[in-house]
Amino acid sequence: MPTIIFPGYYSSLEKIADFVKKEAQESGLSRAQIFAVENAVDEACSNIIEHAYGGEGIGDIHCTAIWDQKEFTIILEDHGRSFDPEKVPDPDLKAPLRDRKPHGLGYYMMRQWMDEVKFDFHDNRNRLTLVKFKG
Amino acid sequence: MEIHNVEYKHCDLIEVSGRIDSSTAPELAEAIKKIMDAGRFKIVIDMSKLEFISSAGLRVLIATQKNCRRYNRGELVFAGISKYIMDVFELAGFTPLFKFFDDVVAAVGYF
Repeated sequence: MPTIIFPGYYSSLEKIADFVKKEAQESGLSRAQIFAVENAVDEACSNIIEHAYGGEGIGDIHCTAIWDQKEFTIILEDHGRSFDPEKVPDPDLKAPLRDRKPHGLGYYMMRQWMDEVKFDFHDNRNRLTLVKFKG
Repeated sequence: MEIHNVEYKHCDLIEVSGRIDSSTAPELAEAIKKIMDAGRFKIVIDMSKLEFISSAGLRVLIATQKNCRRYNRGELVFAGISKYIMDVFELAGFTPLFKFFDDVVAAVGYF
């Protein structure tokens, strides 16, 4: 159950992706599944930096990988503002070009890439659990 | 991410490789802005060497397409997109908003 602490900068995203891909590969996920997890984790970490911390260099992101025979899990923790997923509307994916909004896709895509997405907020710490089923 | 530009008579080609994420998307936006600031709005992005794109990258592409299509002055199209990157476009509902060509020759020929 390796945990790595990354500084909350966008330049950490590639290093986080490298860590997640290595662990996912070791766990036995397929290439397509690894790509899905990489996408979801990138969206999650970008949101942590942009929304939870409100910018770069404010706080760290703790990234933990856990897996067993049935599933691969990434846990992301931060000390930023809590996130209420109920307040994020789904994007309109059928809207014409002129009506496409610049934001709101990241959280939606994170949920599509993963099988389970769970948010917890305890002791001033956000915990996001992302699960990908194997097989 | 690495970006390489080629200016053709009828359009501009941007070859992008590696990752487009929140860290690198502003660099892509800047490269596209330089082309549009020069009054050129027919743009091909060669994605054959692109490994990853996040919603931050998609935001740049949708803003570019809106800008290019304004006054019918041009369009942003893609060449050589891989299956994985296409999956991202499909998930985001982007496929009806762009034209996709198998290779750069076909995409440049479109203009």
